[in-house]
Amino acid sequence: MSAILFFIAAIGVIAGAMGVVTMRNPFYSVLALVGHLLSLAVLFLLLRAEFVAAAQVVVYAGAVMVLYVFVVAYVGDEQQTLGSGLGRRSRSRGEDGRRPSGVLFAGVLLVELLIAVLGSGLKAVEGSGAPYAPGPHAFGTPAYIGNLLLTRFLLAFEIASLLLLIAAVGGVVLARRRGGLGETEEEEYSPLAIPRPLGTGTMAEGVEGLSPAYALVGGPESEQPSEPDANGGGW
Amino acid sequence: MSIAWYLAVSAIVFCVGAFGVMIRRNPLVVLLCLELMLNGANLALIAFSRMWGNGDGQIFAIVVMTVAACEVCIGLGMIVAIHRRRLPIDVDELRELQG
Repeated sequence: MSAILFFIAAIGVIAGAMGVVTMRNPFYSVLALVGHLLSLAVLFLLLRAEFVAAAQVVVYAGAVMVLYVFVVAYVGDEQQTLGSGLGRRSRSRGEDGRRPSGVLFAGVLLVELLIAVLGSGLKAVEGSGAPYAPGPHAFGTPAYIGNLLLTRFLLAFEIASLLLLIAAVGGVVLARRRGGLGETEEEEYSPLAIPRPLGTGTMAEGVEGLSPAYALVGGPESEQPSEPDANGGGW
Repeated sequence: MSIAWYLAVSAIVFCVGAFGVMIRRNPLVVLLCLELMLNGANLALIAFSRMWGNGDGQIFAIVVMTVAACEVCIGLGMIVAIHRRRLPIDVDELRELQG
């Protein structure tokens, strides 16, 4: 059963990774990465890392991917295919060797990693892992991880929180709206500052007559609305 | 399943991510491929953690996820800033790194 689940999840992981690299539209790349992350969470569960799997789904596939989707939607139509990596502009600069060299590099790296990982002398790599007994405080549960994080790895925990704070501040500083390029002349418009006929600005003016401030600005014209009122009174 | 299968999957994911970082030109996709590489490393860490029955690898994986979140935050902020300045969103065009 776990073997079947492993192969399904592994195929999902690798297909998602391939989809991220080969998709034409960055939006589809993000969606492929979401599928990749969900399959990876299944692999983490098979490896008895329940807390990490849950954090992966919630933090990565939830929050971080939402951030990606927003930025892709904001930046817009930067479409390119795997083949158009060798498009006109790069060809004019003579960078035709990028794709073959990329394939070569990745292939050599894969062979080397597989030799290093599978050809190692570690006997335990062939086994299915250390003995595991389920329970509320077993290996990989939130209680276990929390105990480790707040005792042995307290310093790493605090440094990670500080790093997140710095990154959040840095993200805001980087993405804020800067002055320059003629974007600074943003006048503040108030509805009362727009030129308009007398007595039409606010409801208070309509009900109580003109405000003293407006009468001051309006000068002699400010007496006009009062005339029909006087006429009406005498009529 | 033996641990070796998980390590093989992690090596494949890492290499696919490295391939994407090398051939894609859109910095958004380059960031996604960096995520793939970090995920491959995470899978190897958790597989080794399971192999020894020791939780340290899982803590390491959580720290790697934190670093990945910070990297996404900064990288996407930079992409938004580049887009604001009307510069092309292309790592080849932006190779000179001057403001």
